[in-house]
Amino acid sequence: MIPEPYEAIVKAIIYLLLAPVLGGLIAGIDRKVTARMQGRVGPPLLQPFYDVGKFFEKENLVVTTTQNFYALSYLVFMAVAGALFFSGGDMLLVIFAFTLSHIFLVLGAYAAFSPYSHIGAERELIQIIAYEPMIILTAVGMYMVTKSFYVGSIVQSTTPIILYLPGVFIGYLIVLTIKLRKSPFDLSTSHHAHQEIVKGVTTDFAGPNLGRIEIAHWYEYVFLLGVVYLFFAWNPFIAIAAIIIAYFLEILIDNTTSRVKWQMTLRSAWLVAGTLGVINLGVLYYLRMVVVP
Amino acid sequence: MTYLAKSPWIIHYDASSCNGCDIEVLAALTPVYDVERFGIVNTGNPKHADVFLVTGSVNEQNREILKNTYDQMADPKVVVAIGICAASGGIFRECYNVMGGIDKVIPVDVFVPGCAARPEAIIDGVVKALGILEAKRQAMNDRPAATRKPAGDSV
Repeated sequence: MIPEPYEAIVKAIIYLLLAPVLGGLIAGIDRKVTARMQGRVGPPLLQPFYDVGKFFEKENLVVTTTQNFYALSYLVFMAVAGALFFSGGDMLLVIFAFTLSHIFLVLGAYAAFSPYSHIGAERELIQIIAYEPMIILTAVGMYMVTKSFYVGSIVQSTTPIILYLPGVFIGYLIVLTIKLRKSPFDLSTSHHAHQEIVKGVTTDFAGPNLGRIEIAHWYEYVFLLGVVYLFFAWNPFIAIAAIIIAYFLEILIDNTTSRVKWQMTLRSAWLVAGTLGVINLGVLYYLRMVVVP
Repeated sequence: MTYLAKSPWIIHYDASSCNGCDIEVLAALTPVYDVERFGIVNTGNPKHADVFLVTGSVNEQNREILKNTYDQMADPKVVVAIGICAASGGIFRECYNVMGGIDKVIPVDVFVPGCAARPEAIIDGVVKALGILEAKRQAMNDRPAATRKPAGDSV
Protein backbone atom coordinates (compact mmCIF):
# COMPACT_ATOMS: atom_id res chain seq x y z
CA MET A 1 0.00 0.00 0.00
CA ILE A 2 1.18 3.51 -0.78
CA PRO A 3 2.24 5.52 2.31
CA GLU A 4 -0.23 8.29 3.23
CA PRO A 5 1.87 11.36 2.31
CA TYR A 6 2.61 10.05 -1.21
CA GLU A 7 -0.93 8.96 -1.98
CA ALA A 8 -1.99 12.35 -3.32
CA ILE A 9 1.10 12.60 -5.52
CA VAL A 10 0.56 9.12 -6.95
CA LYS A 11 -3.09 9.94 -7.68
CA ALA A 12 -2.04 13.18 -9.42
CA ILE A 13 0.51 11.33 -11.57
CA ILE A 14 -2.04 8.65 -12.51
CA TYR A 15 -4.42 11.42 -13.55
CA LEU A 16 -1.75 13.22 -15.60
CA LEU A 17 -0.92 10.01 -17.47
CA LEU A 18 -4.38 8.49 -17.92
CA ALA A 19 -6.64 11.53 -18.35
CA PRO A 20 -5.49 12.31 -21.94
CA VAL A 21 -6.10 8.67 -22.91
CA LEU A 22 -9.55 8.64 -21.34
CA GLY A 23 -10.38 12.15 -22.60
CA GLY A 24 -9.35 11.22 -26.15
CA LEU A 25 -11.53 8.11 -26.01
CA ILE A 26 -14.47 10.20 -24.77
CA ALA A 27 -13.91 12.59 -27.70
CA GLY A 28 -13.80 9.61 -30.07
CA ILE A 29 -17.03 8.14 -28.69
CA ASP A 30 -18.57 11.62 -28.91
CA ARG A 31 -17.72 11.91 -32.62
CA LYS A 32 -18.94 8.39 -33.33
CA VAL A 33 -22.27 8.88 -31.52
CA THR A 34 -22.70 12.30 -33.17
CA ALA A 35 -22.15 10.72 -36.61
CA ARG A 36 -24.70 7.98 -35.86
CA MET A 37 -27.24 10.60 -34.78
CA GLN A 38 -26.69 12.30 -38.16
CA GLY A 39 -27.11 9.03 -40.08
CA ARG A 40 -23.41 8.69 -40.87
CA VAL A 41 -20.87 5.96 -40.11
CA GLY A 42 -18.44 8.38 -38.51
CA PRO A 43 -14.69 8.33 -37.95
CA PRO A 44 -12.75 5.55 -36.19
CA LEU A 45 -12.90 5.55 -32.39
CA LEU A 46 -9.23 6.61 -32.16
CA GLN A 47 -9.67 9.53 -34.58
CA PRO A 48 -8.98 12.26 -31.95
CA PHE A 49 -5.56 10.63 -31.30
CA TYR A 50 -4.80 10.59 -35.03
CA ASP A 51 -5.77 14.26 -35.23
CA VAL A 52 -3.51 15.29 -32.37
CA GLY A 53 -0.71 13.08 -33.73
CA LYS A 54 -1.07 14.96 -37.00
CA PHE A 55 -0.94 18.37 -35.30
CA PHE A 56 2.50 17.50 -33.95
CA GLU A 57 3.67 16.48 -37.44
CA LYS A 58 2.79 19.88 -38.87
CA GLU A 59 4.82 23.06 -39.01
CA ASN A 60 4.45 25.28 -35.92
CA LEU A 61 2.79 28.22 -37.61
CA VAL A 62 2.30 31.16 -35.23
CA VAL A 63 1.45 34.82 -35.65
CA THR A 64 3.49 35.80 -32.60
CA THR A 65 5.71 33.63 -30.41
CA THR A 66 3.71 34.48 -27.27
CA GLN A 67 1.03 32.14 -28.66
CA ASN A 68 3.36 29.20 -27.90
CA PHE A 69 3.53 30.30 -24.27
CA TYR A 70 -0.22 30.84 -23.88
CA ALA A 71 -1.14 27.51 -25.52
CA LEU A 72 1.30 25.68 -23.25
CA SER A 73 0.06 27.56 -20.16
CA TYR A 74 -3.51 26.61 -21.01
CA LEU A 75 -2.49 22.94 -21.11
CA VAL A 76 -0.34 23.12 -17.96
CA PHE A 77 -2.94 24.87 -15.79
CA MET A 78 -5.72 22.62 -17.04
CA ALA A 79 -3.60 19.61 -16.10
CA VAL A 80 -2.80 21.19 -12.71
CA ALA A 81 -6.49 21.86 -12.03
CA GLY A 82 -7.37 18.25 -12.80
CA ALA A 83 -4.39 16.88 -10.85
CA LEU A 84 -5.40 18.93 -7.78
CA PHE A 85 -8.95 17.65 -8.12
CA PHE A 86 -8.06 13.98 -8.48
CA SER A 87 -5.46 14.10 -5.71
CA GLY A 88 -8.24 15.25 -3.35
CA GLY A 89 -7.29 18.93 -3.21
CA ASP A 90 -9.27 22.03 -2.34
CA MET A 91 -12.24 22.60 -4.69
CA LEU A 92 -11.75 26.37 -4.60
CA LEU A 93 -8.10 26.06 -5.65
CA VAL A 94 -9.15 23.67 -8.41
CA ILE A 95 -11.69 26.20 -9.71
CA PHE A 96 -9.05 28.94 -9.52
CA ALA A 97 -6.54 26.95 -11.62
CA PHE A 98 -9.34 25.92 -14.00
CA THR A 99 -10.37 29.54 -14.61
CA LEU A 100 -6.76 30.67 -14.93
CA SER A 101 -6.12 28.13 -17.67
CA HIS A 102 -9.03 29.57 -19.67
CA ILE A 103 -7.70 33.08 -19.18
CA PHE A 104 -4.49 31.90 -20.87
CA LEU A 105 -6.53 30.59 -23.81
CA VAL A 106 -8.27 33.98 -24.11
CA LEU A 107 -4.93 35.82 -23.94
CA GLY A 108 -3.53 33.50 -26.61
CA ALA A 109 -6.44 34.32 -28.91
CA TYR A 110 -6.04 38.04 -28.22
CA ALA A 111 -2.29 37.80 -29.02
CA ALA A 112 -3.10 37.03 -32.66
CA PHE A 113 -4.37 39.75 -34.98
CA SER A 114 -7.26 38.02 -36.69
CA PRO A 115 -10.70 39.55 -36.01
CA TYR A 116 -12.16 36.02 -35.82
CA SER A 117 -9.69 35.17 -33.10
CA HIS A 118 -10.59 38.36 -31.23
CA ILE A 119 -14.34 37.73 -31.41
CA GLY A 120 -13.68 34.18 -30.26
CA ALA A 121 -11.64 35.46 -27.30
CA GLU A 122 -14.38 37.91 -26.37
CA ARG A 123 -16.99 35.16 -26.49
CA GLU A 124 -14.76 32.85 -24.46
CA LEU A 125 -14.61 35.55 -21.76
CA ILE A 126 -18.39 35.86 -21.82
CA GLN A 127 -18.66 32.09 -21.46
CA ILE A 128 -16.34 32.18 -18.46
CA ILE A 129 -18.51 34.90 -16.89
CA ALA A 130 -21.60 32.82 -17.69
CA TYR A 131 -20.53 29.49 -16.17
CA GLU A 132 -18.37 30.67 -13.28
CA PRO A 133 -21.18 31.44 -10.74
CA MET A 134 -22.70 27.99 -11.21
CA ILE A 135 -19.31 26.26 -10.79
CA ILE A 136 -18.72 28.20 -7.55
CA LEU A 137 -22.24 27.33 -6.32
CA THR A 138 -21.47 23.67 -7.01
CA ALA A 139 -18.42 23.86 -4.73
CA VAL A 140 -20.37 25.76 -2.07
CA GLY A 141 -23.24 23.25 -2.27
CA MET A 142 -20.85 20.35 -1.73
CA TYR A 143 -19.37 22.19 1.22
CA MET A 144 -22.81 22.69 2.76
CA VAL A 145 -23.58 18.98 2.50
CA THR A 146 -20.19 17.49 3.46
CA LYS A 147 -18.72 20.39 5.51
CA SER A 148 -15.54 20.28 3.43
CA PHE A 149 -14.09 21.91 0.35
CA TYR A 150 -11.59 19.07 -0.02
CA VAL A 151 -12.39 16.65 -2.83
CA GLY A 152 -10.78 13.87 -0.78
CA SER A 153 -13.38 14.32 1.99
CA ILE A 154 -16.30 14.92 -0.38
CA VAL A 155 -15.64 11.70 -2.26
CA GLN A 156 -15.46 9.67 0.98
CA SER A 157 -18.72 11.10 2.27
CA THR A 158 -21.46 8.48 2.56
CA THR A 159 -24.16 11.13 2.09
CA PRO A 160 -25.93 10.88 -1.29
CA ILE A 161 -25.03 14.46 -2.28
CA ILE A 162 -27.36 14.41 -5.29
CA LEU A 163 -30.43 14.17 -3.00
CA TYR A 164 -29.40 17.39 -1.24
CA LEU A 165 -28.33 19.22 -4.40
CA PRO A 166 -30.72 18.29 -7.25
CA GLY A 167 -31.03 21.93 -8.38
CA VAL A 168 -27.29 22.48 -8.29
CA PHE A 169 -26.80 19.27 -10.30
CA ILE A 170 -29.20 20.37 -13.06
CA GLY A 171 -27.51 23.80 -13.08
CA TYR A 172 -24.12 22.10 -13.37
CA LEU A 173 -25.34 20.01 -16.32
CA ILE A 174 -26.42 23.19 -18.10
CA VAL A 175 -23.04 24.90 -17.64
CA LEU A 176 -21.44 21.59 -18.66
CA THR A 177 -22.91 22.23 -22.12
CA ILE A 178 -20.99 25.52 -22.21
CA LYS A 179 -17.83 23.88 -20.92
CA LEU A 180 -17.90 20.98 -23.37
CA ARG A 181 -18.31 23.52 -26.22
CA LYS A 182 -21.57 22.02 -27.35
CA SER A 183 -24.54 23.58 -29.10
CA PRO A 184 -26.46 25.73 -28.23
CA PHE A 185 -23.55 27.33 -26.31
CA ASP A 186 -20.59 26.66 -28.62
CA LEU A 187 -20.01 30.35 -29.21
CA SER A 188 -16.27 30.81 -28.87
CA THR A 189 -15.22 27.73 -30.80
CA SER A 190 -17.04 24.65 -31.97
CA HIS A 191 -16.07 21.05 -32.55
CA HIS A 192 -18.32 21.09 -35.57
CA ALA A 193 -16.68 21.91 -38.85
CA HIS A 194 -18.08 25.30 -39.73
CA GLN A 195 -18.78 28.36 -37.66
CA GLU A 196 -19.55 31.96 -38.48
CA ILE A 197 -16.29 33.11 -36.88
CA VAL A 198 -14.17 30.44 -38.64
CA LYS A 199 -12.84 28.66 -35.54
CA GLY A 200 -13.13 31.35 -32.88
CA VAL A 201 -10.44 31.23 -30.20
CA THR A 202 -8.50 28.50 -31.99
CA THR A 203 -8.49 30.24 -35.40
CA ASP A 204 -4.88 31.39 -35.16
CA PHE A 205 -3.48 28.30 -33.48
CA ALA A 206 -2.00 25.76 -35.90
CA GLY A 207 0.04 22.58 -35.69
CA PRO A 208 1.54 21.66 -32.30
CA ASN A 209 -0.18 24.54 -30.49
CA LEU A 210 -3.57 23.30 -31.64
CA GLY A 211 -2.52 19.85 -30.47
CA ARG A 212 -1.75 21.21 -27.00
CA ILE A 213 -5.15 22.92 -26.85
CA GLU A 214 -6.84 19.65 -27.86
CA ILE A 215 -4.98 17.70 -25.15
CA ALA A 216 -6.05 20.38 -22.65
CA HIS A 217 -9.64 19.73 -23.75
CA TRP A 218 -9.19 16.05 -22.95
CA TYR A 219 -7.93 16.87 -19.47
CA GLU A 220 -10.91 19.19 -19.12
CA TYR A 221 -13.43 16.47 -20.12
CA VAL A 222 -12.13 14.13 -17.44
CA PHE A 223 -12.12 16.84 -14.77
CA LEU A 224 -15.66 18.04 -15.60
CA LEU A 225 -17.04 14.50 -15.57
CA GLY A 226 -15.16 13.96 -12.30
CA VAL A 227 -17.32 16.71 -10.77
CA VAL A 228 -20.43 14.82 -11.96
CA TYR A 229 -19.00 11.77 -10.13
CA LEU A 230 -18.84 13.74 -6.85
CA PHE A 231 -22.62 14.17 -6.81
CA PHE A 232 -23.00 10.37 -6.74
CA ALA A 233 -19.77 9.56 -4.90
CA TRP A 234 -21.50 7.34 -2.31
CA ASN A 235 -22.12 4.71 -4.99
CA PRO A 236 -19.52 4.40 -7.79
CA PHE A 237 -21.79 2.33 -10.05
CA ILE A 238 -24.56 4.91 -10.01
CA ALA A 239 -21.89 7.60 -10.48
CA ILE A 240 -20.48 5.97 -13.64
CA ALA A 241 -24.01 5.45 -14.99
CA ALA A 242 -24.81 9.11 -14.24
CA ILE A 243 -21.69 10.25 -16.12
CA ILE A 244 -22.61 8.16 -19.17
CA ILE A 245 -26.23 9.40 -19.18
CA ALA A 246 -25.12 13.01 -18.65
CA TYR A 247 -22.64 12.84 -21.52
CA PHE A 248 -25.16 11.18 -23.82
CA LEU A 249 -27.64 13.96 -23.03
CA GLU A 250 -24.98 16.54 -23.89
CA ILE A 251 -24.42 14.92 -27.30
CA LEU A 252 -28.17 14.77 -27.89
CA ILE A 253 -28.59 18.46 -27.02
CA ASP A 254 -25.58 19.28 -29.22
CA ASN A 255 -27.21 17.64 -32.23
CA THR A 256 -30.74 18.92 -31.75
CA THR A 257 -30.20 22.61 -31.00
CA SER A 258 -28.76 25.52 -32.94
CA ARG A 259 -26.22 28.03 -31.64
CA VAL A 260 -27.65 30.94 -29.62
CA LYS A 261 -26.32 34.48 -29.23
CA TRP A 262 -24.05 35.42 -26.34
CA GLN A 263 -26.81 37.36 -24.55
CA MET A 264 -28.93 34.23 -24.42
CA THR A 265 -25.98 32.18 -23.17
CA LEU A 266 -25.26 34.61 -20.37
CA ARG A 267 -28.93 34.97 -19.44
CA SER A 268 -29.68 31.24 -19.35
CA ALA A 269 -26.51 30.35 -17.44
CA TRP A 270 -27.10 33.05 -14.83
CA LEU A 271 -30.82 32.25 -14.66
CA VAL A 272 -30.16 28.61 -13.71
CA ALA A 273 -27.41 29.65 -11.29
CA GLY A 274 -29.71 32.29 -9.76
CA THR A 275 -32.81 30.11 -9.49
CA LEU A 276 -31.95 26.40 -9.34
CA GLY A 277 -28.58 26.95 -7.67
CA VAL A 278 -29.43 29.66 -5.16
CA ILE A 279 -32.89 28.27 -4.24
CA ASN A 280 -31.38 24.80 -3.72
CA LEU A 281 -28.70 26.22 -1.42
CA GLY A 282 -31.28 28.43 0.33
CA VAL A 283 -33.56 25.48 1.07
CA LEU A 284 -30.56 23.48 2.28
CA TYR A 285 -29.50 26.31 4.57
CA TYR A 286 -33.04 26.67 5.94
CA LEU A 287 -33.33 22.92 6.65
CA ARG A 288 -29.92 22.79 8.33
CA MET A 289 -30.26 25.97 10.38
CA VAL A 290 -33.96 26.18 11.18
CA VAL A 291 -35.67 22.80 10.87
CA VAL A 292 -32.86 20.56 12.17
CA PRO A 293 -30.59 22.80 14.22
CA MET B 1 4.44 6.20 -38.21
CA THR B 2 2.32 8.89 -39.74
CA TYR B 3 -0.93 10.40 -38.60
CA LEU B 4 -1.14 12.88 -41.46
CA ALA B 5 -2.77 10.43 -43.85
CA LYS B 6 -5.28 9.38 -41.17
CA SER B 7 -6.48 12.90 -40.45
CA PRO B 8 -6.42 15.07 -43.59
CA TRP B 9 -8.45 18.20 -42.94
CA ILE B 10 -9.61 20.02 -46.01
CA ILE B 11 -10.36 23.62 -46.87
CA HIS B 12 -12.48 24.31 -49.89
CA TYR B 13 -12.21 27.48 -51.96
CA ASP B 14 -14.50 28.39 -54.82
CA ALA B 15 -12.35 30.45 -57.22
CA SER B 16 -14.77 31.28 -60.03
CA SER B 17 -16.58 28.02 -60.22
CA CYS B 18 -20.15 27.73 -61.54
CA ASN B 19 -20.94 25.87 -58.23
CA GLY B 20 -21.23 22.54 -60.04
CA CYS B 21 -17.99 21.19 -58.57
CA ASP B 22 -18.67 22.83 -55.19
CA ILE B 23 -21.92 20.93 -54.81
CA GLU B 24 -20.04 17.71 -55.58
CA VAL B 25 -17.34 18.56 -53.00
CA LEU B 26 -20.00 19.07 -50.35
CA ALA B 27 -21.80 15.92 -51.50
CA ALA B 28 -18.69 13.99 -50.43
CA LEU B 29 -19.28 15.22 -46.87
CA THR B 30 -22.94 14.18 -46.70
CA PRO B 31 -24.07 10.88 -45.14
CA VAL B 32 -24.03 9.16 -48.56
CA TYR B 33 -20.24 9.36 -48.93
CA ASP B 34 -19.34 10.48 -45.35
CA VAL B 35 -15.63 11.18 -45.80
CA GLU B 36 -15.30 11.67 -42.02
CA ARG B 37 -14.97 7.86 -42.03
CA PHE B 38 -11.41 8.52 -43.19
CA GLY B 39 -10.86 11.32 -40.68
CA ILE B 40 -11.49 14.01 -43.30
CA VAL B 41 -12.96 17.15 -41.77
CA ASN B 42 -14.08 20.14 -43.81
CA THR B 43 -12.59 23.07 -41.93
CA GLY B 44 -13.09 26.69 -42.88
CA ASN B 45 -9.70 27.67 -41.52
CA PRO B 46 -6.57 27.50 -43.72
CA LYS B 47 -4.36 27.29 -40.62
CA HIS B 48 -6.00 24.02 -39.58
CA ALA B 49 -6.15 22.50 -43.06
CA ASP B 50 -3.82 20.04 -44.82
CA VAL B 51 -5.54 19.68 -48.19
CA PHE B 52 -6.60 22.70 -50.26
CA LEU B 53 -9.49 21.93 -52.63
CA VAL B 54 -9.98 24.58 -55.31
CA THR B 55 -12.80 24.64 -57.82
CA GLY B 56 -13.13 26.97 -60.80
CA SER B 57 -10.65 29.01 -62.77
CA VAL B 58 -8.59 31.80 -61.27
CA ASN B 59 -9.34 35.38 -62.28
CA GLU B 60 -7.81 38.79 -61.64
CA GLN B 61 -10.09 39.40 -58.65
CA ASN B 62 -9.39 36.28 -56.64
CA ARG B 63 -5.74 35.48 -57.45
CA GLU B 64 -4.60 37.36 -54.32
CA ILE B 65 -7.15 35.58 -52.12
CA LEU B 66 -6.16 32.20 -53.52
CA LYS B 67 -2.46 32.91 -52.94
CA ASN B 68 -3.12 34.29 -49.44
CA THR B 69 -5.20 31.26 -48.41
CA TYR B 70 -2.49 28.93 -49.69
CA ASP B 71 0.25 30.85 -47.86
CA GLN B 72 -1.67 30.68 -44.56
CA MET B 73 -1.68 26.87 -44.55
CA ALA B 74 0.94 25.15 -42.42
CA ASP B 75 3.43 22.78 -44.10
CA PRO B 76 3.12 20.05 -45.24
CA LYS B 77 0.17 20.86 -47.50
CA VAL B 78 -1.24 19.75 -50.85
CA VAL B 79 -3.47 21.39 -53.44
CA VAL B 80 -6.16 19.52 -55.37
CA ALA B 81 -7.61 21.29 -58.40
CA ILE B 82 -11.16 20.07 -58.94
CA GLY B 83 -12.88 20.17 -62.31
CA ILE B 84 -11.78 21.24 -65.76
CA CYS B 85 -11.96 24.99 -64.93
CA ALA B 86 -9.44 24.61 -62.10
CA ALA B 87 -7.20 22.63 -64.45
CA SER B 88 -7.17 24.91 -67.46
CA GLY B 89 -9.91 27.52 -67.20
CA GLY B 90 -12.34 25.23 -69.03
CA ILE B 91 -14.99 26.96 -71.10
CA PHE B 92 -14.14 30.26 -69.40
CA ARG B 93 -10.48 30.27 -70.47
CA GLU B 94 -11.12 32.80 -73.28
CA CYS B 95 -12.76 35.33 -70.94
CA TYR B 96 -10.92 38.64 -70.62
CA ASN B 97 -10.67 38.39 -66.81
CA VAL B 98 -9.76 34.70 -66.51
CA MET B 99 -6.10 33.82 -66.02
CA GLY B 100 -6.61 30.09 -66.60
CA GLY B 101 -6.09 27.10 -64.32
CA ILE B 102 -5.15 27.68 -60.67
CA ASP B 103 -1.63 26.35 -61.34
CA LYS B 104 -0.98 29.83 -62.74
CA VAL B 105 -1.01 31.12 -59.13
CA ILE B 106 -0.24 28.23 -56.73
CA PRO B 107 1.49 24.85 -57.22
CA VAL B 108 -1.08 22.10 -57.83
CA ASP B 109 -0.42 18.50 -56.76
CA VAL B 110 -3.46 16.67 -58.12
CA PHE B 111 -5.87 17.52 -60.94
CA VAL B 112 -9.32 15.97 -60.74
CA PRO B 113 -10.99 15.94 -64.18
CA GLY B 114 -14.68 16.37 -64.91
CA CYS B 115 -17.39 18.95 -65.50
CA ALA B 116 -18.63 18.68 -62.86
CA ALA B 117 -16.18 16.32 -61.14
CA ARG B 118 -18.02 13.40 -59.55
CA PRO B 119 -17.78 12.90 -55.74
CA GLU B 120 -16.06 9.52 -56.33
CA ALA B 121 -13.44 11.26 -58.48
CA ILE B 122 -12.95 13.97 -55.84
CA ILE B 123 -12.47 11.39 -53.06
CA ASP B 124 -10.04 9.53 -55.34
CA GLY B 125 -8.14 12.78 -55.96
CA VAL B 126 -7.89 13.50 -52.23
CA VAL B 127 -6.65 9.94 -51.56
CA LYS B 128 -3.97 10.44 -54.26
CA ALA B 129 -3.05 13.75 -52.63
CA LEU B 130 -2.50 11.97 -49.29
CA GLY B 131 0.40 10.01 -50.82
CA ILE B 132 1.96 13.29 -51.93
CA LEU B 133 1.27 14.82 -48.50
CA GLU B 134 3.22 11.99 -46.85
CA ALA B 135 6.13 12.43 -49.28
CA LYS B 136 6.16 16.17 -48.49
CA ARG B 137 6.20 15.46 -44.76
CA GLN B 138 9.22 13.20 -45.16
CA ALA B 139 10.96 15.83 -47.31
CA MET B 140 10.21 18.41 -44.60
CA ASN B 141 11.70 16.18 -41.87
CA ASP B 142 14.75 15.30 -43.98
CA ARG B 143 15.57 18.96 -44.52
CA PRO B 144 18.52 20.03 -42.35
CA ALA B 145 17.31 21.77 -39.19
CA ALA B 146 19.08 25.02 -40.15
CA THR B 147 16.98 25.51 -43.29
CA ARG B 148 13.69 24.80 -41.55
CA LYS B 149 11.49 27.73 -40.79
CA PRO B 150 11.91 28.47 -37.06
CA ALA B 151 8.70 28.69 -35.07
CA GLY B 152 7.39 32.21 -34.84
CA ASP B 153 9.09 33.60 -37.92
CA SER B 154 6.49 32.42 -40.37
CA VAL B 155 3.31 34.39 -40.86
